[in-house]
Amino acid sequence: MAAKNQKNAQDGGKVIRKKRRFTQDDFQLFLLSLPTTIWYILFCYLPMFGLIIAFKKYKVAPGKGFLWSLFNNSAWCGLDNFRFLFANNRETTINMFRNTIGYNVIFIILGIVLPVTLAIMINHLRSEKLAKVTQTAMFLPHFLSWVVVGYFVFAFLSTDNGLVNRVILSLNGTPVKWYQGEAIGYWPWFLVFLHMWKTVGYSMVVYLASIKGIDESLYEAAMIDGASKWQQTRYITLPMLKTIMIIMFIMAVGKIFNSDFGLFYRTTRNSGSLISVYLTLDVYVFNSMFNNPRPVYGYISAAGFLQSVLGCLTMIVANAIVRKVDRESALF
Amino acid sequence: MSQQSDSTLTVSGSGMKRFNSIRQSTNIVYSILFILLAFLCVVPVVFVIIISFSSEASIGKVGYSFIPAEWSTDAYQYVWHLRNTHGIPTVVMAFLTSIGITVVGTLLGLTLISTMGYVLSRPNFKLKKFYTFLIFIPMIFHGGLLSTYVVNTQLLNLKNTYWALILPLCCSSFYVIIMRTFFQTTVPDEIIESGKIDGASQLRIFVQLVLPISLPALATIALFLTFAYWNDWYQASLYIESNQHDLFPLQYVLVNIEKNIQYLANNDMAMSANNNALPSETMRMAIVVISVVPIMFSYPFFQKYFISGLTIGAVKG
Repeated sequence: MAAKNQKNAQDGGKVIRKKRRFTQDDFQLFLLSLPTTIWYILFCYLPMFGLIIAFKKYKVAPGKGFLWSLFNNSAWCGLDNFRFLFANNRETTINMFRNTIGYNVIFIILGIVLPVTLAIMINHLRSEKLAKVTQTAMFLPHFLSWVVVGYFVFAFLSTDNGLVNRVILSLNGTPVKWYQGEAIGYWPWFLVFLHMWKTVGYSMVVYLASIKGIDESLYEAAMIDGASKWQQTRYITLPMLKTIMIIMFIMAVGKIFNSDFGLFYRTTRNSGSLISVYLTLDVYVFNSMFNNPRPVYGYISAAGFLQSVLGCLTMIVANAIVRKVDRESALF
Repeated sequence: MSQQSDSTLTVSGSGMKRFNSIRQSTNIVYSILFILLAFLCVVPVVFVIIISFSSEASIGKVGYSFIPAEWSTDAYQYVWHLRNTHGIPTVVMAFLTSIGITVVGTLLGLTLISTMGYVLSRPNFKLKKFYTFLIFIPMIFHGGLLSTYVVNTQLLNLKNTYWALILPLCCSSFYVIIMRTFFQTTVPDEIIESGKIDGASQLRIFVQLVLPISLPALATIALFLTFAYWNDWYQASLYIESNQHDLFPLQYVLVNIEKNIQYLANNDMAMSANNNALPSETMRMAIVVISVVPIMFSYPFFQKYFISGLTIGAVKG
């Protein structure tokens, strides 16, 4: 779209100036964008070069800083760090890939199905006021941090004082230690539930905004032709939502190797006996950096490198597929 | 659409709407479902508020409960009495830190995002292609946590500074694209051309002509940033060491609260006398409430800006 605009603008009389020198105007625009450019170099591009740690055998040089050690004291080691991930540490690696991808697949599917369904339903509500109020309430979790949500969960699941255990006690049951190994079977459900709880309201509003943008006369015409409410949804609303659903889908697939760190780390209170449930790539990297007395930087960086490269590839592949199916909907 | 302007259309429009709506029974089912969902989203907040106003004894007796055995404001009084080494209440300090970070970060972020968005929206800019790549690549590829951490701590020396909480979050390609799309679609080229003819520099055109008519988009971005900064605990857990209590934003006080309550209690002269009565259970919930209340009361007013931001953002580049 941008390219098209640009072409139009150039067609509109500025073609002559196509091959021109760097004008004063360009220079002023360059100055205007300089701070942001510097920000991008410092906070986005320098870290990309940092990925070379993944190909080095990091050794500390006593008395020198990290960077000095990295460049002058650490030998290149090719793919050794990656071999570690897949040979010596196999179970952890399989576990973290399984969790990262598994949860994301569930989140992507539910994250499209549930909000679209709810958006269509809330749009059908007869009372506009009720729709408005419930929508505002459902938007609330989006504005809360995972730390706060972690305490909400704790209020329900705390072993001694939690509401759930107190209810179990009052029904003469045996309380469950929710944050320990015995409750491990429940946690995948909890995590999926919490993710949906926090994101559904927000996504629903995104889809609702697109539904509101659909031309009312389409529905009127359909109704005159005798289409039922379900048929109107099936043949008008859903096709009209296709583009935005596809865009949300690609963006989610592109992030399939990332995980919502706060969800996995904070709501489980980083409990050691539950680790196999919430160990994702991000949690692995964070834990090995901050909760490991002897972090091995090569391995951590290797995991990060895999995450970045695989994420980039999935995004490009997903976009290519979408481009094949429907050119208009592709992201780039 | 034109329903407000034309009265006959309004009648037929609403009539049509009434005719083409779901059955009464379906409507009741839907209404109940959405009321339940709304409750599901709000109840935990209410629950935590109730807990924070329970007495510690009540927690011991009935646990965390919607109907505490005894109400009390002890938690808030203790939170108020917890002082840091300068004699300022710790929570007030953290609250101010959070506000300061949010304000500075939002302003800085707005500057970075809007200038880049504006530059990218100029069709004749010579470096446009290069800049588009500059902001596009980080959207699909990033250096990962370790190298980011190394750059920020070793090269930029951000560890244990407020800047570590501000700088890494203040710009993002997604916002830049939202801003650029807004400038492209809503700011007429004629305005910028007229500025040029009058001999204004690009900076002056941007500040005096473009920004004043871009307030809706700026407000949207500002809100995204504000909530991101207010809710951030991750940057603090990366870059603030756990003994730097004065640098803690509110969310990070919450992260560290188990350790903190002990630390604060030990550090506090006035409280050492009745240390055993420390309401640690209700106190953490009180701090949760303090960090949530500003959001709860402000977001319904700003919700529409979020929605407009979402819909601008959905327009791809």
